[in-house]
Amino acid sequence: MQRLPIARIAAAGATVAAAVLATILGCATAPSDDDINAKAAAVLRASFKEQGQAKLDRLAQDDTQKTCSQYSGKAVPKDAAERIEKANLASIKWPADGNYLGDWKNGERIAQEGRGMQYSDDPKGPVGANCYACHRLSPQELSFGTIGPSLYQFGKVRGYTDEVRKYAYGKIYNAEAYSACTNMPRFGHSGILSQQQIRDVVALLMDPESPVNK
Amino acid sequence: MRIHRRGALPVLALSVMVAAAALAQGNAVDEIAKYRAALQDGNPAELWEARGADLWKQKRGPKNASLEQCDLGLGPGVVKGAYAQLPRYFSDADRVMDLESRLVWCMVTLQGFSQADAVKRPFGGPDQKSDMEAYVAYVTSESRGARMNVSLDHPKEREAYRLGEKMFHFRGGTHDFACATCHGEDAKRIRLQDLPNLTQTAGAQKAYTTWPAYRVSQGELRSFQWRLNDCFRQQRFPELIFTSDASIALTMFLARNANGAVFDAPAIKR
Repeated sequence: MQRLPIARIAAAGATVAAAVLATILGCATAPSDDDINAKAAAVLRASFKEQGQAKLDRLAQDDTQKTCSQYSGKAVPKDAAERIEKANLASIKWPADGNYLGDWKNGERIAQEGRGMQYSDDPKGPVGANCYACHRLSPQELSFGTIGPSLYQFGKVRGYTDEVRKYAYGKIYNAEAYSACTNMPRFGHSGILSQQQIRDVVALLMDPESPVNK
Repeated sequence: MRIHRRGALPVLALSVMVAAAALAQGNAVDEIAKYRAALQDGNPAELWEARGADLWKQKRGPKNASLEQCDLGLGPGVVKGAYAQLPRYFSDADRVMDLESRLVWCMVTLQGFSQADAVKRPFGGPDQKSDMEAYVAYVTSESRGARMNVSLDHPKEREAYRLGEKMFHFRGGTHDFACATCHGEDAKRIRLQDLPNLTQTAGAQKAYTTWPAYRVSQGELRSFQWRLNDCFRQQRFPELIFTSDASIALTMFLARNANGAVFDAPAIKR
């Protein structure tokens, strides 16, 4: 009868000691940045549900998305930037016939169209590039955003050469090939725009008759 | 106060605005500022606030109880100023909670609703209003004028903040968008819509203290959970689950960044 309370006290003492130790350790060592990154990814996966055309695979990051998340709001280290640009450049599928120029009028419609790929969008409906959300293009359109640079007179300033046409095609297809961790989506790489749609947007930028170059 | 049918007034105001915009973009931006100023004249959010205050006192659910004893962090029954200190860690739930997740908790524990019933209609639509948005309007209105004071004292509060910061910068989906894509730099716009820089104190304060808001274009009062949900829709992400851990962590990141500012909502936005 007398030994039992002592054993209890000893056991309770050990529990308290363990709890105190855990508290001290908990306070002394905040989770590392890697721990938080891993937990954030796991919590995100558990916090979304698929809806319409937006499935949970949209939360699975490729190397570009993962690295650019890590350096968001900071300078991207040179080696990481080079790795991203190299891999994305290699992924570009160029038109087999070497023709980069489509119809600028279609290009204007694509640049205006904001629908596409949201879970609230009809998967069979139009998919645009919504260029005006971020860029100034045709001077007639006053409702343009400023996240990206002005593209007014894009072709006129750079020259209507095949080299610039190819650059414009590649930049729209996969902007990460030219500027690592740019805000611009990879319209060809990610299957947002078709080859012909990209050609049409190139024409909006590069056709001398396009209002962009007036 | 006259309440217009969805969109009737804004369409008129918008066409006036668009006509003015044709003159020059500088004028258009000025006109938008005037339109926003005109909106402040009468805010239909008051209707949601009144409905929420009434619902708050009603005995509801299997336990036939009101929410009057709900502890929003300042003790059971204290609503005044509570929202300005949320999200926070609640020891009874052992979890960091924002307002909506805490309301769900109170509906389950005090009123006896099932979790599924409590989260059934988080956002109102043309066919049916949301009681949740009415509660949110009422509770947040009781913090109007209070200074944002979100704590990071508890380890789980600190963890939620750090997780929210990571999620803010998380790029994904078909368009590689993160919250930071649109809200990481000063003085940017989408089309003519100004974008707050939520990584800076001034931007986070201005944005966070003006949600929830009555959205004229939708004819609905929208909660902060709705704001996050709709941002992710536009980011081309799947659907953010109502009161999910990610939604609470992001809210913690943004609310804490707004600390020190005077809360001024429910507001009214285009």
